[in-house]
Amino acid sequence: MSREVILGDIREIMADVFDMDVDDVVVTPDTTADDIEEWDSLSHIRLIVAVERRFKVKFTNAEIERLRRVGDLVALVEAKQPA
Amino acid sequence: MLKSLSWLRPAPGDFRDQARALRSEMRGGRGDDLGMRLYALANHALDENQLVSLARLAAGACDAGAAPAPFSAVKLGVFGDGTLSLIAPAIAGTALRHRLAVDTFVGEFNRAALDALDPSGPVRSAGLDMALIVSDARVLGLDRPAASRAAADETVERAFGQVRRTVEGLRPSIGSAILVQTVAAPLEPLFGSYDRIEPGSPLSMTAAFNRRVADWAADGGVVLVDVAHLAECVGLEAWDDPGQWHAAKLGFAPSLLPVYADVVARAMAAVRGLSRKCLVLDLDNTLWGGVVGDDGLGGIVIGQGSATGEAHLAVQRMALALRARGVVLAVCSKNEEAAARAPFREHPDMLLREDHIAVFQANWTDKAANLRAIAETLNIGVDALVLLDDNPAERMQVRSELPLVGVPELPDDPALFPRMLAAAGYFEAVSVSKEDRARAEMYQANARRAAALSASADVGAYLASLEMACAIGPVSEMTRARVAQLVNKSNQFNLTTRRWSEGELAAAIRDPARHVAQVRLVDRFGDNGVIAVLIADKGPDAWAIDTWLMSCRVLGRRVEEACLAHLAGAARAAGARALIGRYIPSPRNAIVKDHYRNLGFALEDESGGATTWRLDLDRFVAPALEMTVADGFLAPENAAA
Repeated sequence: MSREVILGDIREIMADVFDMDVDDVVVTPDTTADDIEEWDSLSHIRLIVAVERRFKVKFTNAEIERLRRVGDLVALVEAKQPA
Repeated sequence: MLKSLSWLRPAPGDFRDQARALRSEMRGGRGDDLGMRLYALANHALDENQLVSLARLAAGACDAGAAPAPFSAVKLGVFGDGTLSLIAPAIAGTALRHRLAVDTFVGEFNRAALDALDPSGPVRSAGLDMALIVSDARVLGLDRPAASRAAADETVERAFGQVRRTVEGLRPSIGSAILVQTVAAPLEPLFGSYDRIEPGSPLSMTAAFNRRVADWAADGGVVLVDVAHLAECVGLEAWDDPGQWHAAKLGFAPSLLPVYADVVARAMAAVRGLSRKCLVLDLDNTLWGGVVGDDGLGGIVIGQGSATGEAHLAVQRMALALRARGVVLAVCSKNEEAAARAPFREHPDMLLREDHIAVFQANWTDKAANLRAIAETLNIGVDALVLLDDNPAERMQVRSELPLVGVPELPDDPALFPRMLAAAGYFEAVSVSKEDRARAEMYQANARRAAALSASADVGAYLASLEMACAIGPVSEMTRARVAQLVNKSNQFNLTTRRWSEGELAAAIRDPARHVAQVRLVDRFGDNGVIAVLIADKGPDAWAIDTWLMSCRVLGRRVEEACLAHLAGAARAAGARALIGRYIPSPRNAIVKDHYRNLGFALEDESGGATTWRLDLDRFVAPALEMTVADGFLAPENAAA
């Protein structure tokens, strides 16, 4: 699965989690929680759970704590994909 | 099955668009069918994010505390340690499925008791109807081993005391019920199998704590949400997510929020009397394998000796168990009636017999029409029905025609039918009385009465033929629980919808300034049990009727006239000259809008739909009724027990 495909899927998930229109908000690898009003510590938990479910992966707290931008999340998902 | 909410249809692919469309319509003024569309959307297996969207929609749909049909509004306080802000919206989104529009207030565990005692505090002024106390073994200190039996007892007592103090502190702020949870057992063993023996192990201490909570709930002090059992059903390994606990103090895996919220919401719905009452069974390939019309009596698969036959037998066994606890059974099948009835009469392996079925609808009319007929015969709403049907097309037809009927999805394998029905939790109860257990019999007698009415020419003759005996008397210790249940469940024939907890009721019974009466009715078809409750404030000049409610089972039987004659007699004997009645409209009690007018009261006052009525006792003459009336207040030694 390419980074673009993963990013596209994560964008869809974010639209669900943050209850926003996909076309309204531009999500790039550089997007951070500061860019999206609805993205707080609580919705972050829901985001991670939704991403784990979609890609059938499981993150550790240490991995989650290291995330800064959407691109980090994409890279993490990519790293956990079966070879 | 349970954790994926498999009894519900999968979430629609365009959920986000549907939610968005509803929201923009809501902004542009409420459409009439908005409530029903919201309800339809809620009746899917939604994930925790979709539930949050729905919770927002629900908040937008409520106008100044009033919820659109088919919802009733509940203000719920959620108290506990940890991440309640994830739990609260999941409950609000889920509760729509159970016809509750929930507005949540999130409090803090240890502060809750303190805040609640403060008359000007936020909890007191929040106007809460219900409260949920979210507990966790780790918060309560039950996860750390105790060194001795005495230390274990003390730990359990301390944990229980912590929950109870919070509940007692909250009680003055809560209008209706307080829900408390059992806690899931810690997963990691201390010794291994020996944990079950060792009183100081976390496993033994959580079990002891859960027992204490259950005993408390059995006394009626609180409503129980059995999280421990839920956790076991979904599997403790799936339930417990230590990472989430460390990071967010969420007591269980976030992906299980939907099923947790459903279990909480069904208890809340049960408190509001919204649980289902009747299980309607399809026949072919549901109660037995095969099609009786095609395969014949000998060709259907039922009973021992075949895995399929035993699976269908298990469905019947479950139906019988539900019937024994008060759920009414009915049949709805596309069949020739004679062919459909034959297995019930003649097949030796059938567990279900015609006697168990209150209404039997076997014909070629569509199922929605038959379900309507069943509800009408039993004198209950279609919203009290659950249809168990293996045929997806029939399920779809019923859902689209009668969206308020509970229609679980069923897997292909009949061996899983009972589990699916149980997982859906349609028949949740918060208490069980003797009357509950006899209810199936009573509804069945009702169905026979309805048949008698259609066979009898005029109503007076019909009523006389019922040979009714009405007993009006004080509420006793033995009947207090049933009376409280009736007071808190009756919505339609209820003049003020004033709720009384069992404790308040006990106080009212002792209060010499109050008159509290229960009414029982027996007829030739059976004992209807306690079917009406009257509570009046005894003023020196006039008695004000605070609470007057009646079970809809006995509508049209002139029981209300017997009640009035009793009240008039008692008030007159106490020296009062008038009765004052009040009607307070609710979404469900329009049926009694003209109750007092019909009984000869004069309108005194009207404001905002609520009306006040007066009856001068010197002008009142008790009518002749088609029943015998025994008044236990006149002869206390004959008080109705």
